[in-house]
Amino acid sequence: MKKKQVVVTGYGVITSLGEGVKDNWAKLIKGESGIHRITRFPIEGLKTTIAGTVDFIEKDPIAPELTREMALRAGLEAITMSNIGSKANFPGPLFLGMPPVELEWRQRGEIASKINGEIDYATLIKQAESGNYKPYHQLFLFAQIGEKLKASFGTKGAPVSMSTACATGATAIQMAVEAIRRGETDAALAIGTDGSASQESLIRFSLLSALSTRNEDPTKASRPFSKDRDGFVMAEGAAALVLESLESAKSRGATILGVIEGCGEMADNFHRTRSSPDGKPIIGCMMNALKDAGITADKIDYVNAHGTSTPENDRMEFQGMSHIFGASLPHLPVSSNKSMVGHTLSAAGAIEAVFSLLTMQNSVIPPTINYETPDPLVGLDVVPNVARAQQVRRVLSSSFGFGGQNVSLVLGREV
Amino acid sequence: MVITGVGLVSCFGEGLEGHLNALENPPPPTTDLAGYPVHSLAVIEFDKQIPKKELRQMEGWQKIGVYAAGLALDMAGLKADSERLSQMHMIVAAGGGERDLTADSLILNGLQSTTEKGVYLNDKLASELRPTLFLAQLSNLLAGNISIVHGVTGSSRTFMGEEQAGVDAVDTAFKRIKANQGECFLVGGSYNAERLDIILHYVMGGVLHKGDYKAIDRLGMILGSVGAFLVVESREHAVARGATILSEILHVASNQINRETEFLEKSLSDLLSKVEVNKNTVVFSNSSFEKVTNEAEKKALNALNLPIQHLALAIGSSMEAAFPAAIALATLNLQNAPSKEILITNVGHYRGEAVALVKAAS
Repeated sequence: MKKKQVVVTGYGVITSLGEGVKDNWAKLIKGESGIHRITRFPIEGLKTTIAGTVDFIEKDPIAPELTREMALRAGLEAITMSNIGSKANFPGPLFLGMPPVELEWRQRGEIASKINGEIDYATLIKQAESGNYKPYHQLFLFAQIGEKLKASFGTKGAPVSMSTACATGATAIQMAVEAIRRGETDAALAIGTDGSASQESLIRFSLLSALSTRNEDPTKASRPFSKDRDGFVMAEGAAALVLESLESAKSRGATILGVIEGCGEMADNFHRTRSSPDGKPIIGCMMNALKDAGITADKIDYVNAHGTSTPENDRMEFQGMSHIFGASLPHLPVSSNKSMVGHTLSAAGAIEAVFSLLTMQNSVIPPTINYETPDPLVGLDVVPNVARAQQVRRVLSSSFGFGGQNVSLVLGREV
Repeated sequence: MVITGVGLVSCFGEGLEGHLNALENPPPPTTDLAGYPVHSLAVIEFDKQIPKKELRQMEGWQKIGVYAAGLALDMAGLKADSERLSQMHMIVAAGGGERDLTADSLILNGLQSTTEKGVYLNDKLASELRPTLFLAQLSNLLAGNISIVHGVTGSSRTFMGEEQAGVDAVDTAFKRIKANQGECFLVGGSYNAERLDIILHYVMGGVLHKGDYKAIDRLGMILGSVGAFLVVESREHAVARGATILSEILHVASNQINRETEFLEKSLSDLLSKVEVNKNTVVFSNSSFEKVTNEAEKKALNALNLPIQHLALAIGSSMEAAFPAAIALATLNLQNAPSKEILITNVGHYRGEAVALVKAAS
């Protein structure tokens, strides 16, 4: 049974580079970095003092609010571009990739400040009985962001919110593709968003030694595939894609901006944060994406890598790609957007899908910046430091998450 | 789609044996958390399903879920089938893991007496938090642990969103199986209600029942610790591997209205109108006993004139685990009453409403 083709008719993006597709793309191909010294909270005593936070929307954000606001702006950009439906009336469901949210130190401190005597959860609860913190119940429900976005966009049915760690944004796209393929809907809105950089979230990653500590020059810290890479740079952002069945897009005369040709996934059970040394899950994940797209590896012109800049991932990803692409790997351009926008966590898969579509549309491959010291164990053409003009017909975009959740997408330039 | 395995843990214990008479005169909750009654988990020997080395990496929420997942895989006869497990799809409905309450309290007390609050927070979070606690908290790590402990590695997705997430997990499997986008799924959720950080969250919203236990006339949620996982398959896949079919899900549907501007009773009536009920249909309601939603659900169900059993009276309200638990209880119930059909209603305390129809194996 031939699979329904799923096309992209609109997209939107926000990162530390800026708001909107135009701004982001211009900076991406110039090799600009959005990573900077953190100003959102005090950095004294922190091992990592840099991030790719989005600071131009709200100086002192609450995570669910910033996460929602970025998703809203990216979603509106995508919907406007696609010209689908009408205002607050999107003709399909919302698949939302988002970070976990919970009460933050500011709110906890606010409640605690009213307590006379010993503060513990029993007294916090007693204070909360005053009813003065009612909005926080809703604000920190997991369903809240999706609910508010549904109200803004007018999407249909209950929004599906998901979290597969670093693969989240790609999972949202995969869910949307599946829904359209089974004829459940002609169109779907897929969003990946993450505005959760806080003292606690930064320190949590820091305690796992996952973050780069190259604080002196923030823009140079994220250096995927380099010999001296030392961890990822935490970042924020959002991206939205309007996906439709080809027939539906054609019948309303929409401009087709690209195709989601295939989605693949595979779970890894080796370790909670590290991937299996034999690479089988990563290889299996990429193979599944190619299989789903009905193509062989030689049809891929460019890989938009997960490329987090951790010693572990970049090596494992290279190993996996060696299996898939074999002898042609040294000649295949592979670059990591994370070198410029950092690791946008729950948004990454979606942001990088949008950048992949822009790559194909503009025939320019964004570089992997900060590539000064190649790693002899990771022999890739990383499109070092400078963007490259090249026709790209198909992209493989991968996202490999903590907890062993892996997703790869095959994106095409045209039907 | 058919159900071939059920894993259920709650205040009643585990499995069919534990839950045989759960819904007949259920006892009141036995645990008090800061004045709030909670249905605490029966004593479970977690190491019957989880190696001690892995148990050490988990807190309650993950232990409950990984254990229930193991029970389901056992019942489905898949525990030792590493080939099938490696291709099995998993969809987990998850919230987040336990906070370190001692660390939180210590920090909050310290913050009161320092002027450099930001710097203090940096220092204390780095020194008080156990580095691997994050992995016991991360929403998608329940699925991650199930992969590690039970070898389920076909695919792994985690849905969030309280009660509706449990619906989404089952519904997505249902739709994918129907459309040949997968043959065999492990779906479910876990909830640890015995957490003061969770009690705090819901007390802020004023949605919990406090104090003396009241049965059906209470006006607030009583939470319960629950782990509920199902092995669901296409009938063909189940038959081909010689699995015992326990029950069948005939229908799953959901909606999410804005309760400030739309009518819940109407949304529920619309959902119910699409379900074929008969004289053998019994309602299993996951009503949270929140006053307004309870009224609306009561009215919508009145029209059907069917007997109703309230699951929250037995096992408490369990957010992400509630809908899978209802299906699990329905499946266990149908083992002894094969002519019955069970209509499940799952109205979230805040948002999301869903229905499902489960019948005995045929």
